[in-house]
Parts: sequence; structure tokens; C-alpha cells
Amino acid sequence: MKKKNENSRPRRFEKWVVKGSAALDRHLMRELEAGVGEKPFESERIVRREEHREEMRARAWLNERLIYIKLHERMRTKGERRIHAVYMLLATFAVILIIGALLYTVSQMPPSGSPDAPAFNTVAERYIENGLEETGAVNIVAGMILDYRAFDTLGESNVLFLAICSVLLLLRVKLDRKGGVVEGPPGSGEDDLRYEPQDDMILQNLADVLVPFILLLGLYIVFNGHLSPGGGFSGGAVMGAGLILYVNAHGYSGTRRFRLFSYGMFRWATFAALAFYAMSKCYSFFTGANHLKSIVGTGTAGSIFSAGLILPLNICVGFVVAFTMYGFYTLFRKGDF
Amino acid sequence: MLWWQNLPFFSIMLCIFSAAVCSVLPRRAARVWAPSVTGIILVMSVLLTAQVRSCGNSFVFTMGHFPAPWGNEIRAGLLEAVAACVFFAIMLLSVIAGGEHLSEDIMPDKQNLYCVTLCLAGAALLVMIYTNDLFTAYVFLEIMTLGACSLIMAQSRGRTLLAATRYMILNLLGSGLFLMGLVLMYGITGHLLMEPLREYIDTVLLKDGLSAPFCMSVALMSTGLAVKSGLFPFHTWLPDSYTYGTPSSAAILSSLVCKGYIFLLIKIFLRVIGMETVRRTGICNVLFVLGAGGILMGSLTAIQQKDIRRMISFSSVAQIGYIYMGIGLGSELGMIGAIFQIFAHGVAKSMLFLSAAGLSRVSGGSGLFHDLRGAGYRCPAAGAAFTVGAFSMTGIPFFGGFIVKVLLSEAAMLAGTFRMTAALLLLAVSAVLNTLYFLKTVITLYRAQDEPAAQGAHVSSAFKWGMCCFIALNMTLGIFSQPVVTAIRMGLSMFD
Repeated sequence: MKKKNENSRPRRFEKWVVKGSAALDRHLMRELEAGVGEKPFESERIVRREEHREEMRARAWLNERLIYIKLHERMRTKGERRIHAVYMLLATFAVILIIGALLYTVSQMPPSGSPDAPAFNTVAERYIENGLEETGAVNIVAGMILDYRAFDTLGESNVLFLAICSVLLLLRVKLDRKGGVVEGPPGSGEDDLRYEPQDDMILQNLADVLVPFILLLGLYIVFNGHLSPGGGFSGGAVMGAGLILYVNAHGYSGTRRFRLFSYGMFRWATFAALAFYAMSKCYSFFTGANHLKSIVGTGTAGSIFSAGLILPLNICVGFVVAFTMYGFYTLFRKGDF
Repeated sequence: MLWWQNLPFFSIMLCIFSAAVCSVLPRRAARVWAPSVTGIILVMSVLLTAQVRSCGNSFVFTMGHFPAPWGNEIRAGLLEAVAACVFFAIMLLSVIAGGEHLSEDIMPDKQNLYCVTLCLAGAALLVMIYTNDLFTAYVFLEIMTLGACSLIMAQSRGRTLLAATRYMILNLLGSGLFLMGLVLMYGITGHLLMEPLREYIDTVLLKDGLSAPFCMSVALMSTGLAVKSGLFPFHTWLPDSYTYGTPSSAAILSSLVCKGYIFLLIKIFLRVIGMETVRRTGICNVLFVLGAGGILMGSLTAIQQKDIRRMISFSSVAQIGYIYMGIGLGSELGMIGAIFQIFAHGVAKSMLFLSAAGLSRVSGGSGLFHDLRGAGYRCPAAGAAFTVGAFSMTGIPFFGGFIVKVLLSEAAMLAGTFRMTAALLLLAVSAVLNTLYFLKTVITLYRAQDEPAAQGAHVSSAFKWGMCCFIALNMTLGIFSQPVVTAIRMGLSMFD
């Protein structure tokens, strides 16, 4: 128990503060004397692996170079070069023409912000004047996107869902428990965090302090979305950013300690959020179109449990957005959660 | 509200919900779930068609508690219902007939993601058919773009990735142009739903002639959708993405995704802007000329191809040219021809892609013409399907393509001397060109082979049954075309 405490991060940090940089210098000197500087890896196996990778990378680079040369060889004849030049000229001309036409169009538009602009009509009027009464949301924007025009927002959250599914389709490689590639092309599944400085103490300690607050702020934006500016999309983005910061500081072993961050968990959480979203909106649309009485009331305006479905929908959207952002990050970095 | 008026709404929500379900289902269950949902939606659309036909009126379904200018709406008439029927029949058959290729081409743990994509693409297609709101159309257009992109790259090889990248770049350009047009339209009218928009345009906007922002907005929206549907100068993304994707994806992309965009364009022209106004802006002429260019260039390039699927892809460029030529004629008859072409081409092209995949499967996986000699004997179902598709594309009587040509030439006769001459000349030239490359391929398929080909590869019974259903669908559309044309005419009259 004591030994474990000795090496824990707060203890190390304390030692570092108390003993000052002299301890670090001594550590460095010891490492230099032991010859670590010349041979950064302890085992021969790792050295060989690195060399092999380097070789593969060089070969891939050479291949790319060859393809590039091959592609550009095609343009070497005089006639083709001339055609290319004419093409570029025409393209430039077309682009300038389009820019001119668009600028002219904009100059003919009704001035923005003018009270006579056609956009200030009965539509906006009802959103502003009756929004609170009809949707129960103090934040008119939340009322608009999650009640008046909820179908569009359902589409938007499905855009995000489809985006993460596409990235999974493209980039996911199946990893086993130890992080080895089960299936997928060679070289995939490499965790590129390995190439970055490990255990950066400043980043880790800052992240430890900041991440809880960032997550809390995200949750606040989500849960308060119907009362103050914010909502599922912005709150989810904040939460996603917090998670990404934590991964950067502590590596995947840090996040994997929570069972929350696994592929299975991700699938079920996204499914739950989207299925609830679709079902609840299905009920709301159905009752609305058939002029039935909906059991969802608007509640007292201003209290946290008000505005009918807007709060739960904000939570669903928030989760989908946070998971999508975190998922994008990990998939682009190593191909799995 | 009558019970059947809920059908379009339920079919959309079913698609969206089953996309979420597919993401957690195990692989086999998802592979069963997605086609069954497609089948259920097909049944619902058939029911809807019957009901709308007997009732004779279109109807509006409010998505939520708020009516027209405030909340979202969908709308269904006879044309929408028929389109949903045809599209989902194609989708169901494509997924079933291409099932074997799907299992081989896509990694096992990614097959349920493919099903997710399929369901969401279906939802986007339905929304584009039924929507009564321009912004909803844009949101689901995005879903369609992303979905189509992942349908292409589901089979992760070098060529498919390149094709998907190309597809993504040009289609995002198209989406961007459409969005810009939409923003301009909102800026000058303040409405997004189709009916208030039409009313505002007719009563206020057109009082003092066509304004520059209005024309620009119409032009941007048409260009955006034309880029996305592969009209002639913007067709460069098309051949690669149709050739290298898995066969089901190619079939769905060519017959449904492109056609969804064109259907939306027709809806915007007829319901938002009004055909009379579109003619006045001169966009019809541009579409006519580009369509004509597509017909010529598509066919000429198709003749040069050595790979069967690449040839079919370039023939798609030509066939999409027909659709835009029909729209460009600017008359009701031309529009009927264009919509019939959407259906006829959709049914025939998906069959051609799948049968080509079957034919190359029994020829050692090669799609080159000299390897395909005698493939029609090795896989009779695919050979027959390809022949039927080729007949339809060349416009032989009793097949769908013939009806299109009759409708288009009838429309051309009434369109003034210059357009008549141009359209009839084009139809003549393209008939010759189509015959050249399609019948050449059919003859290749039934040539006696010099040496016995590589044996071993067989096609599954699902593929054979799928091909039979496709042939039946094509023949039905060609022989009993009159009810379909009447339905299209009725549906168009319900648009106003």
C-alpha cells in the first residue's frame, strides 16, 4: 500500500516540487551515464520493429512518389500541357465570373437587419411572441429547433450518427485486449500517441483540474439548454472536447479504466439516445398531425423540468455529439476506442 | 385524418429507427433486418398508392403540433407514392440480389454498419420524395450524400477509396451550391415551406419581374442538384464510384440516389417556382443543352470502354441526359417523359449493374469483354437480365426505354421547330450509339467460347430469383406502361 502511494502521481509531483529540478537533473545524468541516450529502447525486439516500420514507411513514400511521377508524366507532351494551360485559364475565368455574379446578387439582396426584410414575417413573429407559451422553453432557439422544426433536428442528429458510422466503416480495425490487430491491413491500429511525450506532468495535472469542470460545464449547457443559450449540440461539443483533453493527457489506458469508453458501450449509448429520440418524436409528430392530446405538457416556464420533450431530447443530442467527437478523435488516431 | 395518411410518416420514422437498431444488432440479424424494413416500406407504399388513387387527392401531414409556415410538413400525392413504390422495390431487389457480393466484399464486423447506411439512405430518399419543406430537403440531402459515400467505400480497396473521395468532393460542392441557393431564397422570401413560398413568389416577388437574387437562387439550386445527380459536365465522379463499389451499392447509387436528387429538383421546379417561371429564367434551355451533351458524350465514352461495369456507368451519364432533356423541354409531356425515364432507367440500370456483377463472377471475376465471352451460357439468369436491360436501354418496343423515347419525341414535336429538330436528332443518334455498345455486349455474352473458362464460381439462388424479379419488373413497366403514365399525369396535376 505504501509502495503504491510512493509512485502515485501526487507523490511524484510533490517530490518534484520539494526537491526542485536538481532531482530531475540527477535522474537525467544517471540515464545518460547508463547510455540510455544512445539507445532509447531497452529491448532488441523493439529496435527491430522500429527499423522494420521505418523501412515500410520509406517504401510507402517511394511508392507514392512513383505514382506522383506517373501521373505527371502524362502531362509531359506539348499538346497536353497546352490543353492543361487552356483548362486552367478557362477555370480561372469561370470562377471570376461566378464570383462577380454572386457579388452582384448580394448587392441586390434586401439589406440585412432592416426591419422591412422579408425574413421578418409572421413566422419569426410567432416564434418570438408565442414561443415560450407554446413550447415552454425560455430559450427560443431551443424551442424552435426541438419543437417547431423538430424533424430537421432529428435529421441533423442522424447526420452525426451517419458520419461516425462512416468513419467506423472506413477506419475501424478490430483490436484485441492487448491492443494487437485482429483483422485489418498491416500497419493499422498503431497508436500514434506512442510518438508523443509520455506522462507530461504539466498537461496531466492541468487536465486533472480542468476536465471535471469542462465536463460539468458541458452537462450544465445540455441540461439548461431550454432555459439559457446552449443545448445538446454545444454542450455535447464541450463534453467531447473535455474527453479529448483527458485522452491527450493520460493516454487510452486512462480512459479505458472507465468501462464507458469501449466500442460496445459506445454502440449501446448511441443506440439508446437515437432510439429514444426517434420514438419520442414519433409520438409527438403522430399526436400533432392527428390532433390528439399529447400527454407531454410544457410545465412551468423557467423550472428545470419544463418544456416537455426538449430537455430529454437535448440530453440525447448531447450524448450523441460528445460520443461522436470523442469517436472521431480516437478513430483517426488509432482506429478503435 | 384517415389511417392511411399516416403511412408516409411511419415509413420515414421506421427507416430512421431501424438505422439505430442496425447499429447494435449482430451481423446476421442486421443483414435480415434491413431488407425486411425495405420490404415493409414497399408494402406500405403500395397501400398508399392504392388509397391515394381511389381518393384522388394529395394530403399534407404536419410533423408536430404546428401548421404550415411554422412547423415541418410532409406531403404525399399519387406521384410521390408511385415513386416510393418503384424506388423501394429496386432497393429491396438490389440488396437481395447483391447479398452474396456484400458478404464477400465487406468485412464481417462492418456489415451491420453497411445496413445502418442503407437504412439512412432509404430514409433520406423517402424524405426527398415526401418533403414539403426546403430545409428538411437539405438536411436529408446531406444524409444522402454521406450515406452514398459510405456505400461506395464500404469495400475498402484503393480504387473505392479514391472513388469515394472524388464523390465526396464533387457532391459536397453540389450540397454547398444548393444551400447557397436556399439561403438566397430564404433571404428574399422569408419562407422555407413549399406552399407559403410559392404563394409569396407568385404574389409579391414576381410582381416587378424577375430579380437577380431570385434567378441566382434558382440557378444555384438547379446547379447543385445537377452536380449531385451527375449531369454531363459534372459527371466526373460518376464512373469510378459506380464501377468499383460493391454491386448493390452501384445499383442503389445509380438508380436511387441520383434519382432522388432529380425528383427533388422536379418538385422544386413544379411546386416552389412554377414551370412557367422556370421557363422565363432560361434555366430550361441550359438543362436542355447539358442534357443533350450528356447523351452524346456518355454514349461516345461508353463505346470506348473495355470493362462492362464502366460501360454501364457511362451509359448512365447518357440516360441522365435524357431526364434533363425531358425537363429542359419545359412542357408537361416532357416532364412526364422525364419522370418515366427516372423509373425506367432506375429499374433497368440496377438490373444491369447486378447482372454484370453476376456475369463477371462466373468469368473468373473479370469484367473485361474478352473474358466475358459466353458468360450468358454460364449464368443464364444474369445473361437474360442483361439482355432485357440492354433492350430497355436501346429503346426496343415492349421495354421501358421505348416508352420514354415515345414520350420524349411526342413532347419534342410540340416544342417548336428548333427544339424539335435538336431533340429528334439526338434521339436518333443516341439510339444508334446505344445499340452499338449494348447489343455488342449482348452478342459478346452469347458468343461461343474458345476455351473452357475457369469453373468453380457459382451464383446463389437469391441472385437468380432477384434477377427474375428484376426482369418481371422491367417487362411490367414496359408492357403495362399506360397505368404508370396515367398515374404520373394525375400525380403532376396534384402538384398544383
